Amino acid sequence: MRSSLGSIFATLLLGLAIAFAAPASAQQPTSVNPTAQSVKEQQLLKELQKIQGRGTLPDARSQVLEQPAGRDWRQFHQVTLRWIGAVAILGMLAVLVLFYLIRGMVRIEAGRSGRTLVRFNAFERFVHWMTATCFIVLAVSGLNITFGKELLAPWISPEAFASWSQLAKYAHNYLSFPFTLGVVLMFLMWIAWNFPSGVDLEWIREGGGIVGSKHPPARRFNAGQKMIYWVVVLGGGAAAITGYLLMFPFYATDVAGMQLAQMVHGIVGVVFIAIMLAHIYIGTIGMQGAFEAMGKGEVDVNWAQQHHSLWLEKEQQRGRATGGTVAPAE
Amino acid sequence: MARMKFLCDADRCIECNACVTACKNEHDIPWGINRRRVVTINDGKPGERSVSMACMHCTDAPCAAVCPVNCFYTTADGVVLHSKDLCIGCGYCFYACPFGAPQYPRVGNFGSRGKMDKCTYCAGGPEADLTAAEYGGRANGQFTGYGSNRLAEGKLPLCAEMCSTKSLLAGDGEIIAQIYKERVLRRGYTSGAWGWQTAYRETIAS
Repeated sequence: MRSSLGSIFATLLLGLAIAFAAPASAQQPTSVNPTAQSVKEQQLLKELQKIQGRGTLPDARSQVLEQPAGRDWRQFHQVTLRWIGAVAILGMLAVLVLFYLIRGMVRIEAGRSGRTLVRFNAFERFVHWMTATCFIVLAVSGLNITFGKELLAPWISPEAFASWSQLAKYAHNYLSFPFTLGVVLMFLMWIAWNFPSGVDLEWIREGGGIVGSKHPPARRFNAGQKMIYWVVVLGGGAAAITGYLLMFPFYATDVAGMQLAQMVHGIVGVVFIAIMLAHIYIGTIGMQGAFEAMGKGEVDVNWAQQHHSLWLEKEQQRGRATGGTVAPAE
Repeated sequence: MARMKFLCDADRCIECNACVTACKNEHDIPWGINRRRVVTINDGKPGERSVSMACMHCTDAPCAAVCPVNCFYTTADGVVLHSKDLCIGCGYCFYACPFGAPQYPRVGNFGSRGKMDKCTYCAGGPEADLTAAEYGGRANGQFTGYGSNRLAEGKLPLCAEMCSTKSLLAGDGEIIAQIYKERVLRRGYTSGAWGWQTAYRETIAS
C-alpha cells in the first residue's frame, strides 16, 4: 500500500515536471509541418522516374504507385512509330515504283534456253512459303495495331473494327509460332551459303547488275540475297524475341521493359515490311525468271548464267543442269 | 457539368484499405482484379506516406490515346470509361497508364488477357444506366460488366464516400481542391495532391 502510494506520488511529480517543461516545445508556431520530412511526389519522380512502395496485394505491379514513363511511350506509339512506318513503307513503295518506271523488268538477256536446273528443293520452298504467308498475315495485323484506327476504323463500325482487330490479334499471336519456326529453319538450311565473301564486294561495286548494266559473278546467293537472308534471320529473330515478351507479359520484365519491347518490335516490324516489299518486287515483276526459283523450284540455265554464274558452273560440274553439261549460253 | 476528380490527402491516409475493400464489394470485383489499391512509400521509415490510388480519370488520358481500337471515351463529367465489347485485351493501356489502373482477368495465355477492367468512378459503362447488363456478372470466367453506377443514382464513388478519415476525396475537381486547400490552410502544410501533376497537369496552390 505504501509502495503504491509512493509510486503514484512519483508519477504525479514526473507529470508536474513535464507540465512545466512542456511550454518550451509547445511554443512552436501552429504552422510547423510535422510531415516536413515526408517523401514528396515530385522529388521522388525526379530521382527515380517512378514511385514504388509496399502494398497488401500479391501482385507486385500494384506496388508501383506512379510511373509517368508511359507518356514517352505514348509519344512513340502515337507519333514516332507512325512516322517511321509511313516513311519506311511509303518511301520504299515510291522507290520501287520509280525504279520500275526507269529500269523496268530485268530480263533474261540471252532469252530462255529451255533447259532448267533445280534451285530450291521442295522442303526449301515449303519453308519459304510457310514463313512468307505467316509474314504477310503478321504484317497486316501488326500494321492494323499501329495504323488501323486511323486508316480503317473511320470506314467501318466500331464493333466491326473491334471484331476484326480481335481476330487480327489472335492471328498475330498464333501465326508467330510457324513464322519463328520458318526463320529458324531458314537460318539453319541456308547459313552455309550466306557468309560474306570477296565475290560480294565486286557484286556490290557493280551495283548487282540491277543498277548497272553488267552482271557481276555470284555464287548461289549474291550479296543482295545475303542481305535479305540476314535481315530475315536477325530481324525475324528480334521480332520473335520482343514479340514473345509482349505475348507473355511481365513474365520476364516490368512495365519499362514491356514498353521497350513494344518499341523494338514496332520499329523492326515496319522496317522489315519495307525491306520485304523490295524482296517481293525483285522476286516478281522486277526480274524475269526469278519467281520460278521459289515457284517451281527450277530456273532457266540462262537466268542462272546471268545472275549466278559461279553457282551455275558448280552445278554443271556436278551434272545437275538438265540436258547434261553444256557450255554456258553465249 | 462538373469535372470529376480523385484527391488523396496523404496526410490523412491511415492505410486501412477500406477503400479497396469497399470497391471490391460494391462492384463484385473478382479475385485478381484490383481497381483501387493503397501503396505505402518508405514503409516503417521516417517520412512514410500512404496513398490510395485507382484510375485518376486523366485529362487527355494516355490509355485512350494508345488504344488501338478506340474503346475509351470520356463522359461529360470528365470520367474516363471504356467498352468491354470493343476491348481486345492487347494490354497497351497498361503500358501507357502512369497509375497502373488497367487490370486484366488473365495474366498470359498467349496474350489473350481478356477484357480490361478498371475503376469506373462508380459510373458504369456504355450500356444503359442501372441495367443488369451494365452491372455485369461472370461469364466464361470473365467479369462482363462494369459494376454499379452510383453516379447515375446521384452518389459519389463509394471508396471516397466511406473513407473514415476523409483522406480520399471524390467529386467536382474544383470543390475537392477547395476542401483540400482549406485543410492545408488550417493545418499549415500541404501533403502533395499525389498524381495531380501527372493526371491533370496541375497542382493545388496552397
